Amino acid sequence: MAVVATPWRGAFASLRARAARIAEFVTTPVLPSDYLDMISPLRASADLRGRIEEVHPETRDAVTLVIQPGGGWRGHVPGQYVRIGVDVDGVRQWRAYSLTSRADRADGRISITVKAMPDGVVSNYLVRRVRPGTLIQLDQAKGDFTLPAPRPAKALFVTAGSGITPVMGMLRNAVSELDDVVVVHSAPQPRDVIFADELRRLAEQGQIRLVERHTDVEGMLNLAALDGIVADWAERETWACGPTGLLDAAEKQWSDAGVPDRLHIERFRPTVVVTGEGGDVTFSNTGTTVAADGATPLLDTGERAGVLMPSGCRMGICFGCVAPLRTGAVRDLRNGQITTAEPGDDVRIQTCVSAAAGTCDIEL
Amino acid sequence: MTAVLSECPDVRPDPDDPTAHLTTEDIENIGKELDALREEVIASRGERDAAYIRRVIDVQRKLELGSRGVLLFSLFPPAWVLGTAGLSVAKILENMEIGHNVMHGQWDWMRDPKIHSTSWEWDNVSPSDQWKRAHNEMHHNYTNVIGKDGDLGYGLMRVSPDQPWSPFFLGQPLWNFINACFFEFGIAAYDLELRDSLTDGRYKTPEFRERANRVLRKIRRQATKDYVVHPLLSGPSALQTLSANFVANLVRNLWTHSVIMCGHFPYGVDTFEKSSIEGETRGQWYLRQMLGSANISGSPLMHLMTGNLSHQIEHHLFPDLPSNRYAEIAPRVRDLFERYQLNYVTGPLPKQVASAWRKIVLLSLPNDAAERVDRALTLFQRGPSQWVARLAGRIRTA
Ligand SMILES: Cc1cc2nc3c(=O)[nH]c(=O)nc-3n(C[C@H](O)[C@H](O)[C@H](O)COP(=O)(O)OP(=O)(O)OC[C@H]3O[C@@H](n4cnc5c(N)ncnc54)[C@H](O)[C@@H]3O)c2cc1C
Ligand code: FES
Repeated sequence: MAVVATPWRGAFASLRARAARIAEFVTTPVLPSDYLDMISPLRASADLRGRIEEVHPETRDAVTLVIQPGGGWRGHVPGQYVRIGVDVDGVRQWRAYSLTSRADRADGRISITVKAMPDGVVSNYLVRRVRPGTLIQLDQAKGDFTLPAPRPAKALFVTAGSGITPVMGMLRNAVSELDDVVVVHSAPQPRDVIFADELRRLAEQGQIRLVERHTDVEGMLNLAALDGIVADWAERETWACGPTGLLDAAEKQWSDAGVPDRLHIERFRPTVVVTGEGGDVTFSNTGTTVAADGATPLLDTGERAGVLMPSGCRMGICFGCVAPLRTGAVRDLRNGQITTAEPGDDVRIQTCVSAAAGTCDIEL
Repeated sequence: MTAVLSECPDVRPDPDDPTAHLTTEDIENIGKELDALREEVIASRGERDAAYIRRVIDVQRKLELGSRGVLLFSLFPPAWVLGTAGLSVAKILENMEIGHNVMHGQWDWMRDPKIHSTSWEWDNVSPSDQWKRAHNEMHHNYTNVIGKDGDLGYGLMRVSPDQPWSPFFLGQPLWNFINACFFEFGIAAYDLELRDSLTDGRYKTPEFRERANRVLRKIRRQATKDYVVHPLLSGPSALQTLSANFVANLVRNLWTHSVIMCGHFPYGVDTFEKSSIEGETRGQWYLRQMLGSANISGSPLMHLMTGNLSHQIEHHLFPDLPSNRYAEIAPRVRDLFERYQLNYVTGPLPKQVASAWRKIVLLSLPNDAAERVDRALTLFQRGPSQWVARLAGRIRTA
């Protein structure tokens, strides 16, 4: 069957390609897709977009957004994140959010859960202002903060605040495949616990053991005290997501215990350790030069200057923001390492974790 | 800002320098006020502006699509008229309010890759990057500086009595008319620096060849669309569609040429000597833009159809602010002109077009002949109006 179908499919594809070329002659200088986008922005061949269908409040500062992705969406593995581009006050902003929905919803929709950060541009827009019907830009799901197959015999999830989101994505999809699950989750107060009802129900049904910690009363979770909460933590395959302090402490603890490989971490923001002097940054393709300090990522500097900066996770993991450094010097904000380039060198840098370390010229 | 060359003795007390009454401090204060105005607009750019440009693009695309749809039946005269009119308007919107302004980077702050100066390509034979270089870098920086700003007469015409006359310029009314009809090609040749490259031998360099090839490719694509593909799609209406597309391009060319002529050619607009811009301060730069540009007055529709180049003064002060904001800041800019006793040149389109053409006709002659014709023309112009005034006076007394 497949053998018979192939030549047909080949002929069909080449016919389509030819039709597309002719259509370009009809619409030049714009593309046929620019017209199609006016009618059908979610069609499979369009740039990947999504439509926000529902907005559900979770807590006083968190909401779940149900999104209908465009036809080009290739699905996701629970625990992965998706990048979305939204226009806030007319300006396109890209951020990453963990997927919290079941991966096999009949209507093909996905969901993310967003917690408003103080002064956060995108999170506040999504939590307080966005309305159903809004079109957003999407990227395919990414990330390796996922459950392995076969499933681990014993699992531990250590989360805090919005860090519960990727874990909820995993639990909703695979809790029945996990025999022994402990969730240690921190939030300031009981009412701040995102997915509180669902987590407590899972605990009542005996599908997970839930340890809720309310930090306004009990103080921050001290991992040194983990022995008293989950005695066998070092034997468990562990996934941790939350603020930088918690994750740094976890990395140290698991490494000291000689089991660093059992710990999987998802960071929502980069760990910036070193800053220094800045300099003038030129984006040569755009023809813009701006002064930049030594602490601001070049990604932010460029975006503020209206340069079309490619971006991804914004924290140094996905390499979606890589751009050629033509000349000059930049500093890696994670370790202070200086990278320099002379004309002709093919030096590529991650703009989301690099800041100017003197005059530099980026080919964007 | 000393050697400003005025050509309009009747508008200002001091014909030699319209800025003679300003102190250095005044000029710097003008600069500061305008910088503050610019910051104010930048700080308030937002959703409303983004919605505006998206709407204009949406309307333009629907109008173009609709008009081309109607032209499929252009065998029927009403369809031809309707489709041609619609397509002309669509092409004008595309070039002026959308293309010109997007390529100026007016909408780059939205960071929408589809509406960005680095990615936009327009419905015009000059490739966008070549146009951006010639227009944004040369014309906007060297506005009305003789010998530096190529827009000043496009190297074909004499637009200031301080440019030396030669018999070649006798033909300039004709050159200007031809340029108006085929304006997009004029722009392409100008962006390519075709004339200079032919005379100084640059045309042999691979770099020039490459750029020329890109222009030719763009011309081919544009012509294929308007004169082959769409006529073929129209079947029996092929010839009518072809003529409709030709007319729409012609209308667009004449319109954009007229609007652009109104921006810098009318009487009251100053030109500057090369030496006057050396070591220019920010304030002096602003002042040159203020004196080197002219507006067109009219309705919001007029402003839209001119791509808001009817606010040429505001546009030249702030080339990269969103075009929908020019009308909003215009009263404040005008107030600034008045407070510093500067001449805010503006007028309705027909008047400004006539003024620009008058200058082009007069300056085709040597200066002394031009002055004699100018005086005769002025007397002739006063004739009818004096006659009307006298008649009105008689009616009132009766
Ligand atoms: C892989 C990945 C998955 C993510 N998943 C989720 C998710 O499921 N739900 C969710 O709500 N967020 C998630 N985030 C974080 C999200 O991408 C944004 O960083 C967050 O919403 C803040 O964006 P903003 O525009 O509101 O803040 P910005 O305007 O960018 O920042 C405003 C201020 O908040 C600070 N800030 C930014 N992010 C954080 C943070 N995470 N914690 C504390 N302070 C911060 C900034 O330093 C700044 O001072 C994820 C991030 C990554 C990289
Ligand atoms: S945006 Fe992901 S590495 Fe820079």
